[in-house]
Amino acid sequence: MEPLELAEILKKRFPGEVVDIVSHRGQVSVIVKRERILEILENLRDDPTALMNHLMDLCGVDYLGKKENRFEVVYNLYSIPLRHSLRVRALVPEDDPRISSVTSLWRGADWHERETYDLYGIVFEGHPDHRRILLPEDWEGYPLRKDYPLPGPKTEWHGYEEVKEFSKRLRKYDFSGSPGEA
Amino acid sequence: MDTTRMKPVLEEEGELFTLQMGPQHPATHGVLKLDLELDGETVVRCRPVVGFLHRGVEKLAENMTYAQSMPLTDRLDYISAMANNVGHTVAVETLLGIEPPIRAKYIRTMVCEMSRISSHLLWLATHALDIGAMTVFLYCFREREWILDLFEELCGARLTTSYTRIGGVRQDVTGHFLESLLRFTDEFPEKVHEYETLIDTNRIWLDRTQGIGVLTAEEAVQLGLTGPSLRGSGVDYDIRKHRPYDAYPYLDFQVPLGTHGDVYDRYRCRMEEFHQSNHLIRQCIEKLPSGPILSEDAPDLVMDPRPKCVTADASLSAGLIKIIEERKHFMEGDVYVSTEVPKGELGFYFVSDGRGIPMRMHIRSPSYIHIGSLPALCEGGMISDVIANIGSLDVVLGECDR
Repeated sequence: MEPLELAEILKKRFPGEVVDIVSHRGQVSVIVKRERILEILENLRDDPTALMNHLMDLCGVDYLGKKENRFEVVYNLYSIPLRHSLRVRALVPEDDPRISSVTSLWRGADWHERETYDLYGIVFEGHPDHRRILLPEDWEGYPLRKDYPLPGPKTEWHGYEEVKEFSKRLRKYDFSGSPGEA
Repeated sequence: MDTTRMKPVLEEEGELFTLQMGPQHPATHGVLKLDLELDGETVVRCRPVVGFLHRGVEKLAENMTYAQSMPLTDRLDYISAMANNVGHTVAVETLLGIEPPIRAKYIRTMVCEMSRISSHLLWLATHALDIGAMTVFLYCFREREWILDLFEELCGARLTTSYTRIGGVRQDVTGHFLESLLRFTDEFPEKVHEYETLIDTNRIWLDRTQGIGVLTAEEAVQLGLTGPSLRGSGVDYDIRKHRPYDAYPYLDFQVPLGTHGDVYDRYRCRMEEFHQSNHLIRQCIEKLPSGPILSEDAPDLVMDPRPKCVTADASLSAGLIKIIEERKHFMEGDVYVSTEVPKGELGFYFVSDGRGIPMRMHIRSPSYIHIGSLPALCEGGMISDVIANIGSLDVVLGECDR
């Protein structure tokens, strides 16, 4: 089915949720509110005319100063049996950056959501293992936000300082002694 | 030296033993750390820890022009840099609406398949080495060297190639290169047969791979696996067929599928892909059309970083200038374009705000998702099968951590 048709069907089914349908280079995005995202995606996955069983990609986008809702969570869906794709973009405001987790629909969304939390600070409610993934767990700030400084934070991450101290200590290690006393 | 106190002691029967495998473990193919909880030799819980190689490629790319961010993709999956370059370029071309000339498309398809062969060779070498077959390692590196030499002849670099340009490729192929490549494709099927004689029906190999790490088709799709790891479970999903790009719609090839979804079937899929890739390269050489290699619409390497703001004037001529200036810039919008790299589906999600630099570039890397699926494969299995499972997913940590 053509993605535009799919988007229209989705709009009929969730009239209050679909905010807009935009198309660029033949790819169609449905912009939705975040409250019923789980229902919308479940519908797309299980509906026999859509059958979007493959979650290709999930990521966050920061529209700082460009849009009313600062964040968007983007779901790129594809149907392997029916060979069509659709993009769903959920609006997430800055003051309350949270959205339902879709790990119950696709287990593969687990690490995508952890990454989005790690780099954007968007909280996924109902995620089974909601931790940072690429950065250390005690990292401050969310680096992919547009207001995060490009050269990084002013002070060095304390873990790095610890490693430096540790390597200095190792340099003085006395190899003639017994193990475990370094 | 007293070493007994270093040994782990289980205090009572049935207590779980925690093993931290990696990040400096040769079988993890990079800096992957696995926190394993073991009950005897059975893996009860497996938690992969990634991020040791995180370089912030996405943040970097958001502060460079589209053309400048292409060399960053070499450093993602450094084993198949060509395929990454092509993936990035195809995505940018879709976003900006540039159509590369047909000759460039064929050349790109050709180098993509060469990089698929070289990546699968490295995979076979290390996967076999992990399981204990040393000879295959040396055989595979022999042919991989040949491909890398061909890459060097083509673009001057063996690994970090940066060969593509937005709207085409950087350099044309020479007659000598095509001759060497044709000789390679003549000899390569025999070499693949050589590897197969070493391990295909080897009893140790079969014991280590058959029935290990089984994933059903539904599970594999649920987990988001792509590439040969998904096709080993029998799901017919190959982006070269589903959403063809470059010269793939004009070429004839088959997609090998597995049936059982175990380590052995994933291995067989990749072995069949050797033949398919070889066949594709031959077709590309035979059908290679003449013509330019770079589109006339190709943007300059230094893309205009910011839209030129021409202040609106009341006079008619100023308004005219404004229109001309704005036409130079790109359309706003977003695209998600994925390509079939040796590891699976490499997707680029671009959001353009009209400037010469992307507002957002997200990389959907196959290895990241594959490592995320390791717990599903390893839990309940033996600790020795963890190695076989990591190998069968074919992961590269540079791509995983980005």
